[in-house]
Amino acid sequence: MGLRTPLHDTHVAAGAKIVDFAGWDMPLHYGSQLEEHRAVRADCGLFDVSHMRAVDLHGADAAKFLSLLLANDVAKLDTPGRALYSCMLNPSGGVIDDLITYYFTPQHYRLVVNAGTADKDIAWMRTQAEGFAVHIDERKDVALIAVQGPRAPERLAAALPETAALAQGLKPFNAAWLAAAAPAQATLVARTGYTGEDGFELMLPASSAVAVWNALVAAGGRPCGLGARDTLRLEAGMNLYGQDMDESVNPLESGLAWTVDLRNAERDFIGRRALEAAPREHALHGLLLTARGVLRAHQIVHTAHGAGLTTSGSFAPSLDGSIALARLPAAVQPGDTVEVEIRAKRLPALVVKPPFVRKGKTLVSPLPPVKE
Amino acid sequence: MELPQNLKYTESHEWVKNDDNDTLSVGITFHAQKLLGDVVFLELPEVGRKVSAGESIAIIESVKAASDIYAPVDGEVVETNAELVDAPEEVNNDPYGSWMFRLRPADAKQLDSLLDAAGYAKSAGIE
Repeated sequence: MGLRTPLHDTHVAAGAKIVDFAGWDMPLHYGSQLEEHRAVRADCGLFDVSHMRAVDLHGADAAKFLSLLLANDVAKLDTPGRALYSCMLNPSGGVIDDLITYYFTPQHYRLVVNAGTADKDIAWMRTQAEGFAVHIDERKDVALIAVQGPRAPERLAAALPETAALAQGLKPFNAAWLAAAAPAQATLVARTGYTGEDGFELMLPASSAVAVWNALVAAGGRPCGLGARDTLRLEAGMNLYGQDMDESVNPLESGLAWTVDLRNAERDFIGRRALEAAPREHALHGLLLTARGVLRAHQIVHTAHGAGLTTSGSFAPSLDGSIALARLPAAVQPGDTVEVEIRAKRLPALVVKPPFVRKGKTLVSPLPPVKE
Repeated sequence: MELPQNLKYTESHEWVKNDDNDTLSVGITFHAQKLLGDVVFLELPEVGRKVSAGESIAIIESVKAASDIYAPVDGEVVETNAELVDAPEEVNNDPYGSWMFRLRPADAKQLDSLLDAAGYAKSAGIE
């Protein structure tokens, strides 16, 4: 038996197929991964992401510490509730994890890190925090529920009327607290997600997770498992830690240059010097399979400039075709045709710039000829 | 779901139907499609291919992963189901109606060595 979120029994009662994910017993799907995927693109899906770890940073040096810990610059976070996506790098520029930082006050930030890397991340943070006036507080008492899809605002408002006014006014990558006790204990409503659709992520006390989940289901939110979460994020061109990047590659070769902020030359964040010195030999691209088949991770990609490798690949339900992310030689450009090795065959694919799908719309063309 | 009693089965979750015209139709069981999840792609063998029992001769891909489909007996591929290639989701909707390929067995007696419904249920841990 693995670790369990506060919603575990609720998932089992709803017929979820439970699988191990990074040591957690998590729902893969509740019957059909495809239908769950489509529900998020067309209406509203619910994801239990309580396996991800919230970490509060308190202290006079919190901002200073984060400006060294993260490749993106928390100086951008100027109003309470603002969120920032960033990589946390090792001194060689490799990605220890990708995470979201929420700004609460100049002395209080919250990070949300991946489940599989949480213990490693926290150990790293504690090592680096030496000499800083900062306290690292793991919030295992916080549950996370993602409410995603074009109808997420109305589903959330119906389920939790007290959030309606607050949620409607939120801009992307902003969060607000439901009026309650101290910010550290209150429910946080963030306009963030991992699907390419509008939606929210709720951070709430674990003790209220079941009631909130049931209210969201009653309001028409469809429970979705990790399977749909993966196809949605891939269509949205979002990286998955451990697949599309890890400690052996840097963010510049992982499609994440936009998250590395080099503007403040004084900010000597961990990994900066290695990044500035590193040659850029590869880049992460999108691939669209133009023959029938299904791209998967770890397939060899033959290009005019040498070989590369897919890092994530799947059937893409919104495209009715197959897509992948692939680390390819730097000279490869969107629009190039490449060949992917699938079971000793070479199938043609088109290099495209992710995302593939955003807010229900297909952004890549031509559509793959799956139905001849 | 009840296992059809008129079919034979393999430990690798294929069902085998003895057709009237000396051929065998092969598909995968209800249990197998449930394990796979939503089926999105099928790669079927060439007609005329000589196959051996236990040889991987087709690929089925769900959203989740790719899996092999094995020849249940020695023989030759005489027909493949092109309609199913165009509508692979039928494997989920109607697994026992979704034959994938037909074999002409080299030795009809090999069919007797396959599992019956009760034997498959036991092997697959159903019931």
